[in-house]
Amino acid sequence: MENTLGLLENSGGGIGREVPSGGSTTGSMSTVDNLVFSSEVSSCYPDENNDSDELELGLGLSLGGGAAANKSLKPPSWARILTAKDLPCLVSKSSSSSSPTVPKASHKRIAADSVSPPNGASSSQVVGWPPVRAYRMNSLNQAKLSITEDFSSIVDKSENAVVNKDNNSCNKQGNDTIDKGLSKVSLFVKVNMDGTAIGRKVDLSAHNCYETLARTLEDMFCRSTRNANTRSNMQGHNLMVEAGGSSKLLVGSSEYVLTYEDKEGDWMLVGDVPWRMFVSSVKRLRIMRTSEANGLAPKIQERHGRQRARAI
Amino acid sequence: MDPVRKRGKNLSKSLDSTQPASFPDEVLEQVFSVLKSRKDRSSVSLVCKVWYNAERWSRRKVFIGNCYSVSPEILVRRFPNIRSVTLKGKPRFSDFSLVPHDWGADIHSWLDVFAEFYPFLEELRLKRMVVTDRSLEFLAKSFSGFKALSLLSCDGFSTDGLKAIATHCKNLTELDIQENDIDDLGGEWLSCFPETFVSLEVLNFASLHSDVTFDALERLVDRCKALRVLKVNMHIYLEQIKKLLLKAPGLTELGTGSFLQLLPRQSAELETAFSRCKNLHTISGLWELSSFYLPVLYPACANLTYLNLSYATLQSDELAKLLSNCSNLRRLWVLDTVKDEGLEAVGSSCPLLEELRVFPADPFDHIMVQGVTESGFVAVSNGCRKLHYVLYFCRQMSNVAVATVVKNCPDFTHFRLCIMNPGQPDYMTNEPLDEAFGAVVKTCNKLQRLAISGLLTDRAFEYIGKYAKNLEILSVAFAGSSDLGMEAVIEGCPKLRKLEIRDSPFGNAALLYNLNKYESMRSLWMSACNVTMNGCRVLAKLMPRLNVEVMKDEGSGNGADKLYVYRSVAGPRRDAPPFVLTL
Repeated sequence: MENTLGLLENSGGGIGREVPSGGSTTGSMSTVDNLVFSSEVSSCYPDENNDSDELELGLGLSLGGGAAANKSLKPPSWARILTAKDLPCLVSKSSSSSSPTVPKASHKRIAADSVSPPNGASSSQVVGWPPVRAYRMNSLNQAKLSITEDFSSIVDKSENAVVNKDNNSCNKQGNDTIDKGLSKVSLFVKVNMDGTAIGRKVDLSAHNCYETLARTLEDMFCRSTRNANTRSNMQGHNLMVEAGGSSKLLVGSSEYVLTYEDKEGDWMLVGDVPWRMFVSSVKRLRIMRTSEANGLAPKIQERHGRQRARAI
Repeated sequence: MDPVRKRGKNLSKSLDSTQPASFPDEVLEQVFSVLKSRKDRSSVSLVCKVWYNAERWSRRKVFIGNCYSVSPEILVRRFPNIRSVTLKGKPRFSDFSLVPHDWGADIHSWLDVFAEFYPFLEELRLKRMVVTDRSLEFLAKSFSGFKALSLLSCDGFSTDGLKAIATHCKNLTELDIQENDIDDLGGEWLSCFPETFVSLEVLNFASLHSDVTFDALERLVDRCKALRVLKVNMHIYLEQIKKLLLKAPGLTELGTGSFLQLLPRQSAELETAFSRCKNLHTISGLWELSSFYLPVLYPACANLTYLNLSYATLQSDELAKLLSNCSNLRRLWVLDTVKDEGLEAVGSSCPLLEELRVFPADPFDHIMVQGVTESGFVAVSNGCRKLHYVLYFCRQMSNVAVATVVKNCPDFTHFRLCIMNPGQPDYMTNEPLDEAFGAVVKTCNKLQRLAISGLLTDRAFEYIGKYAKNLEILSVAFAGSSDLGMEAVIEGCPKLRKLEIRDSPFGNAALLYNLNKYESMRSLWMSACNVTMNGCRVLAKLMPRLNVEVMKDEGSGNGADKLYVYRSVAGPRRDAPPFVLTL
């Protein structure tokens, strides 16, 4: 049925090399052998890729094409995926040589559902290599993104220093995490303040730590009532930023506390959980009068250690 | 209440009067019903017709390593009384994106047949199969006594399918969803277990991404008193784990969620909760690990036999501290962030270790040298002489190191070494790593599974063919110099069942070297090798009982880019998509 059996290329031996007879199992096999090994050197594939100038093979392969000159005796560098067309006829790998052949690597477009490395594919990406399951890679990437951020917040917490994050540390976190390409979906949540009829909305995804969020909220709700020379003015809507740079909303020493409703419908104090966890569970925010935040008072004292909460 | 199909009584009377009196069928079946091992059952069924029949009527569990090797119709005809089915579908390299979607391995056609012939089906365990929501719903509604569902590396379904399972499977004891590629539409499925549902023993939803309602989970754990395996996902954090542990102190396996977020007071409570779990022998999960909280595990560490830290970016000292409490450990999975120093700690703290897997935290990073090297490997082998299973991802290896490792641990059954840069030589001598794997096969007589990597010539394969007489599974990537390599293995390894090769210079001569070999194997995979369409056609023509399937890349001319050959009694696939050419 097949007339083209003779077109098989000869790999791994000189032309006309005998097939070891130990492998033959049927009488018809020897006929096939003859067909198989009467190879036609001319059955080289046209180089469809025009990439021959980029060949970087090592180790003494003599190819049908003109790429032989480019070889050097060093281990293959994988700066490019070699295509089948680059290695048209793997002829006469001399049997005495023990130097390894460069394995032919077919050109592979990275499959749509394969995992690409987080920093974008480098030029030497081979599909499916190293053999790590996509699920594991995705989980690892997720874990690494979080650990930078969460660890900082936990260290801070354990040193009772959660409220004293200055701008620098906040930005450093931000650089670490945002550069890794966190999704840029907007996350607008409602914010209401006790005593203010009209609510606002704030985009949580524009922030990466509590500090900036609190400052933003202060700006939103205090802008209209702030006096010009009022840095030390502690009355009225007392949300001024202290000289030390921390938002009073977080510190808890103002008349208001920042709270949020989580997915389960409970009202929680902002600042307890790592930022990412907060973002994933918050439904809306409320700037609550401290006097109303009865159940939260012990937490405030517990959380801030030396800091005293104002009388409730 | 165990309806079993009965066969006619007249089938087994021995007609040969010189035969000793044979047992009545029912007695034989009783005897065979204690046979659990597949190999034993297989041997028994080959003795004589009587035994064949007794075996097939008494079998309750069947394992099918390649879903296309047999058809559901053939299965139910031979085994009428099956309660538990394990099926594997796609070739293993589909885990690494080498097999296109829509390749096949859909469970539904099986379920249709099972619904008719195995109405009392209780267990279904699938690996690398396509499962749709429709199939899950069909499963949930068709088998009233269904108990255990395990889906590993499957795809095609969403959490809606899980809703159907939770809602309709009244007797479910096991729901094990691992590492699947699914649409996670939300966590409501967990709330679908009715309040009257109490039978769950195994629940693993660690790989699902969305939040479940903790309340529902807590109540479920509370009322399922027989729960012994609980693996939650990363939306559950430590404070919640504590609550769950208090409700289920009898757990034997725990998969934590995110390992952080704990106030000091809660930390002490969690530690107490762990100390109460006397049966806990396996811990996994530990996402977003803050090692700050690791001490809460210490009370449970002494009993641990399996610790899976492969999602936790631990540093060496953190691991060392943890492991100093885990002297009973048999299986350990870690990330290579622990470095060689961490592995030294493994060697010194866990003398009973039998299995080690070291995964790369940054597999695509070629520039920075990090991770583990050969010295970590040697350190583990020095301290853990019982090591018999290793999966080791590294960027640097030497022949001498591997030889030392196997000298220390000659009992390896599974040796999977992945040097992440393809074709990388011995870093000290710049030579190929042939001698390394030569040492492995010469020393480890019980070797069943081998994965090779690094710069390798035909010599490595000659060693394998000559010495690896118990080898069943061989994985090859970027290795070998010529057809002789593959031929050596085909000729020399009598127990070879699965051979998977990628990016290696083996061509038609090797493929056609010993045609009959493939009928004694489950499957052969060759991708990005030198086989051509013609070679494959020759194989297909000469071996009609093999399925020879090729997937070609665009514009690849005569090359057979991906070749999958497997034996089958079901004939060629009827559901092959257009890009799978059956020759």
